Amino acid sequence: MFEIVDLGTSHVGPVSVCVAGGECLAILGASGSGKSLLFRAIADLDPNHGDVSLNGRSRAEMPAYEWRRQVSFVPAETGWWADRVGDHFDADGDLEDLLETVDLKNALDWEVNRLSTGERHRLGIVRALQARPSVLLLDEPTASLDADMTDAVESIIKQQLARDVCVLLVTHDPDQAKRLAHRSMRMMGGRLQAEPGAKP
Amino acid sequence: MSTYISLSYLDLVGASVFLILNAVCSFALKLGLERQLLFSALRMIVQLLMVGLVLKAVFAASSALLTLMIAVIMITFAGREIRARQERRLTGIWGYGLGATSMMFAGTIVTVCVLVLQIEPQPWWTPQIALPLFGMVLGNTMTGVSLGLDTLHTTVYRERAAIEAQLLLGRTRWEAILPCARRSLRSGFTPIINAMAATGVVSLPGMMTGQILSGVDPQEAVKYQILIMFMIAGATGLGVLGAVFGSVWRLTDHRHRVRLDRMV
Repeated sequence: MFEIVDLGTSHVGPVSVCVAGGECLAILGASGSGKSLLFRAIADLDPNHGDVSLNGRSRAEMPAYEWRRQVSFVPAETGWWADRVGDHFDADGDLEDLLETVDLKNALDWEVNRLSTGERHRLGIVRALQARPSVLLLDEPTASLDADMTDAVESIIKQQLARDVCVLLVTHDPDQAKRLAHRSMRMMGGRLQAEPGAKP
Repeated sequence: MSTYISLSYLDLVGASVFLILNAVCSFALKLGLERQLLFSALRMIVQLLMVGLVLKAVFAASSALLTLMIAVIMITFAGREIRARQERRLTGIWGYGLGATSMMFAGTIVTVCVLVLQIEPQPWWTPQIALPLFGMVLGNTMTGVSLGLDTLHTTVYRERAAIEAQLLLGRTRWEAILPCARRSLRSGFTPIINAMAATGVVSLPGMMTGQILSGVDPQEAVKYQILIMFMIAGATGLGVLGAVFGSVWRLTDHRHRVRLDRMV
């Protein structure tokens, strides 16, 4: 169980919401309504107040780096710190499978500068999954992808849900929310509200 | 040591002919540089004459307190210069304090150690020796620290997404910012490394030239110059390390976040 209680910063909140293991919560809302800032606050990247806990353990009880290994945030714009793609990954067991799913099997030898926006995004998701997080915060994971790649990323999300991972998904696509999410909510003026007419 | 040749003020006027010639050329070619050129020359004359007067008085007084006061004034000006040379700097007192403090500690420790242990004048703070040494050490440390901080702040600002990507994968703030810190340290160290490499081959250092002009045996002058280079390199290294890691500490917090709000 992933529980957010009165989480806020100077721009968003307070937000309170619970997401169960294996559940996907879609967050819709206009640009600038604070969706990405909410994810940054959950990942503890910006100064914030309120509490977030995972399976009863508050994040205040652990160092921020330990928290971020369990609650993995993939921003809409992924960051890269080395020239070669492979330097951003640990070469462990299921890396190849994951890369194959997103059709980037040979990408490890590529230069980061050569990557398209869509490739960066897919690699960003694979990179986040390597730590085997219990919660995934995905900020527009398919925004710059074509239909095939959108399917591929959605199937990865479904796999994670099947493994009991909590997924919070920011999307502008109501159909995607219907395909993936068990619940939808809407961000308006920094507050999270129940989506009118969403399935319960 | 009797080869020292004193200059008259008339000699100085004579030597300024080429500078004036430059100004005339600038005027004739409509380069618009003549005013700036003459103004900065006048400014230099006034500054140096005043420094000459002040130093003469300080040397004559031979007072520890007065020597200390001059050192403090030098640190204050150098600290201002460090602050001014950064495109982005820390907010509040940190913007001035961090660079000035690291420079002050590094410069003071190295200068005092060398005065007390190697040169050993009586007393150790003798202003004729302590102040010029401190000035050289401070000037070079100032350049290193301001380059290091400027590079760090610009890089952290530009590479924020890359640093945060590492934080999001569960790295600590020190691990995540290390590539930026390394680049900043390199940039702060580069001038002194280059200076050591070029010294004696490309240029004769100012102090050594001065000693040779005043009649000191070149081999003696070289020994002093090596001592000074060690001092400068040591102080620059300490100052840059202190300033860069202090700033990394300030630009991140205990929850391993990047705090760009602490920079302007």
